[in-house]
Amino acid sequence: MSRARAWREALPVGAVAGALLLVAVVVLVSAGADLRTALSALWIGSLGSRYALLSATLVRATPLILLGLSVTLAFRAGVLNIGAEGQFIAGASAGGAVALATAAVLPGPVSLLVALTTGVVAGGVWAAVAAELRRRFGVLEVISTLMLNFIALYGVSYLVHGPLQEPTHVYPQSATLPMVARLPFVFDGQRLHVGFILAVLLGLALWYVFARTAAGFRIRITGAGAAAAASAGAVDTARVSFLAFIASGAIAGGAGAVEVTGVTYTLFERISPGYGYSAIAVALLARLHPVAVIGAGVFFGALEAGAAAMQRDAGVPSQFASILEALAILGVLAVDRLRARRQEAAP
Amino acid sequence: MSDPALSLRGVSKRFGRTLALDGAELHVQPGTIHALLGENGAGKSTLMRIAFGELRADDGVVALAGTNREWSSSADAIAVGIGMVHQHFTLVPALTVAENVALGDRGFWGGYTPARAAERVRKIGTQTGLVLDPTARVADLSVGAQQRLEIVKALARNARVLILDEPTAVLSPRESAELYGWLREFVAGGGTGILITHKLREALTLADDVTVLRHGRTVLQSAVSEVTEASVVTALLGDARGPRVGSARRSPRGMRTDAPVVELRRVSMKDARGVLRLREATVAVCAGEILGVAGIEGAGQFDLLRILAGRRAPSSGTVTLPSRIGFVPEDRLRDAIVPTMSPAENVALHDARHFRGHMPWRELESEAVAIIAEYDVRPTDSATIGALSGGNQQKFVLGRELRGSPQLLVVENPTRGLDIRAAAFVLDRIRSAQDSGCAVIVYSSDLDELLTLAERMLVCHAGEVREVPVEMEAIGRAMVGIT
Repeated sequence: MSRARAWREALPVGAVAGALLLVAVVVLVSAGADLRTALSALWIGSLGSRYALLSATLVRATPLILLGLSVTLAFRAGVLNIGAEGQFIAGASAGGAVALATAAVLPGPVSLLVALTTGVVAGGVWAAVAAELRRRFGVLEVISTLMLNFIALYGVSYLVHGPLQEPTHVYPQSATLPMVARLPFVFDGQRLHVGFILAVLLGLALWYVFARTAAGFRIRITGAGAAAAASAGAVDTARVSFLAFIASGAIAGGAGAVEVTGVTYTLFERISPGYGYSAIAVALLARLHPVAVIGAGVFFGALEAGAAAMQRDAGVPSQFASILEALAILGVLAVDRLRARRQEAAP
Repeated sequence: MSDPALSLRGVSKRFGRTLALDGAELHVQPGTIHALLGENGAGKSTLMRIAFGELRADDGVVALAGTNREWSSSADAIAVGIGMVHQHFTLVPALTVAENVALGDRGFWGGYTPARAAERVRKIGTQTGLVLDPTARVADLSVGAQQRLEIVKALARNARVLILDEPTAVLSPRESAELYGWLREFVAGGGTGILITHKLREALTLADDVTVLRHGRTVLQSAVSEVTEASVVTALLGDARGPRVGSARRSPRGMRTDAPVVELRRVSMKDARGVLRLREATVAVCAGEILGVAGIEGAGQFDLLRILAGRRAPSSGTVTLPSRIGFVPEDRLRDAIVPTMSPAENVALHDARHFRGHMPWRELESEAVAIIAEYDVRPTDSATIGALSGGNQQKFVLGRELRGSPQLLVVENPTRGLDIRAAAFVLDRIRSAQDSGCAVIVYSSDLDELLTLAERMLVCHAGEVREVPVEMEAIGRAMVGIT
């Protein structure tokens, strides 16, 4: 990429960021918050302190990055997988259940590995239901995956009220994982777990797959021009999108298992506060670029962590984060639209 | 002389760094057909989109019947009686004919009822002869009928000045003749027609006046009676010597053998609904031979060519094809390229199935550069294929498909939408592929093109494939099913 082109790409992003900051200030002022306190809480609670960064922001960012990559893979293949939420819950439930069952009988690392693998498989299976419906009957995946999200949600609700409920049967959650079955921390005394490193590595790997490998190229042409891929390239596009769909679900399932073994250590109904939906926003903000997903995930993680701090210290409702997230997406979409129009207008 | 029905004076328009129109002029007398000619990128469509209110001119005046006008959108232009039929239809496939006509009516409480909308379509049909079934779904209409619908839409809004952008590009000769017959009647009844086209001969036989644009400037305005084909070509191309247009058929120099490289024996094809699209077709093509294929829309040639290109398996019959096949489909934007991707990625598209492991991007880049240079694709540094003009996309696709010297080349409408220079270039390349021993199968809706290229002709009619002599008369008769 030439320097001029890099600038042209970066400029709108900068403009959106500036507009966001401006809107943030307007919202805060109109909400009657003390601007100084609020902004300083936002900063210190997100990136401005070592603790906030390593125990809040990046911990929060991990599922967003993993699920953002799941969505990116599907969307790049032309599969509108809205079901990262459900696949995440499936992975968390299966991974959590296996971890609880094996922690006592297997050595810690082995149990952990089995749990993570089970999460990956469960997410893939959950997506395979929709993928098969699409392949065989042409069922729109937007609808089927959304429906499967609800089934997953009610499924986990049943599990934590029934077979997986903790021994005292008081709380609607599972027993707590023993120490040996938990993901190790990256730094002593900070909540950041190795799942974050996995997420970053996966982002780089996916970028490599898209940019350099034949399989990645087939995924991209299937998404960007299925008819041309089938006609000019003789690619079996139905197969490519089917496999990408399942791989997307597998990543989401893995993210669920990582969340249970790395953060919550227990399974409960609200294991995902809508991560799967935020992840769509993360992927779109990153414009479906795997490496940019890492940045977008950290950005959303920082916003949410900072918003929580603002609520604590300045009484600003934490929905503030959602407002900024939505605005960021709208900004990116507007920039894309403008760019497309400029290209159309040019002969 | 009365005021022109539509007049564009000194119109300029700039897109970014390119000046698309540079003081262009167009004056259309009422009750005439006016041909607007120019190469790809000369500014014809831009000028008409300004007349229709879709674009705003940077400079210049638009006048309707002597009154200066300013449009803020095409709704204003429609309101005063300008209609435009775009080259790419603006229909909603899932809606019916009547619903498409009713779309865009003003007013929330406009009193739309299906019966009234259908009545309107029928009334226009009886008045103008543009008969359409109001309840048919647009997706089920033939291309010719869709075009009629576009015109009916304009007439339903009382268009008196009708702009037709490449109206015959997608029509069979018979449909084109029908359209032109109707256009003459429309003009005789006091309407005014503006025809944008690449088909010079058609324009000169049909139109009363002609305007030629080159590089955004008007270089010729005249009555058709006062120009010759040669003088118009000179105006189109400028001082540079024009390429041979429609050069005569000649015997190939290259090697040829009598053993066929392509053989279809009693091949039939059914569509998803079980309707027979192609009945027991038997075809053989030898190396170094150009076989022409003709047929009106939906006569079976679509399936025939895809079977010949190895893109589709027949329902029955035997097919023998060589291993290296180049295929240039007619809908290149959908079937041949991925517009959002780079030239190198579009080169890779060709063998996308066969790559293993890593993509050899460096080699693909240099292959793309080679194709762009050899096939004169401009601009040479385009970041995406979609940013190229249609003619340059076509040259790129042809270059890609001829890479690695295929034994068979299947081409559909090779020069559709291309200007004279690009069209001549493409035909030239097809001939040189033939000279190097490639078997070539060409389908075209332009019979003149087939007559200049083909050595043998097949005609499809209602799923039947027949070989006919390479003569206009014989082909035309076979296309409509007269034996």
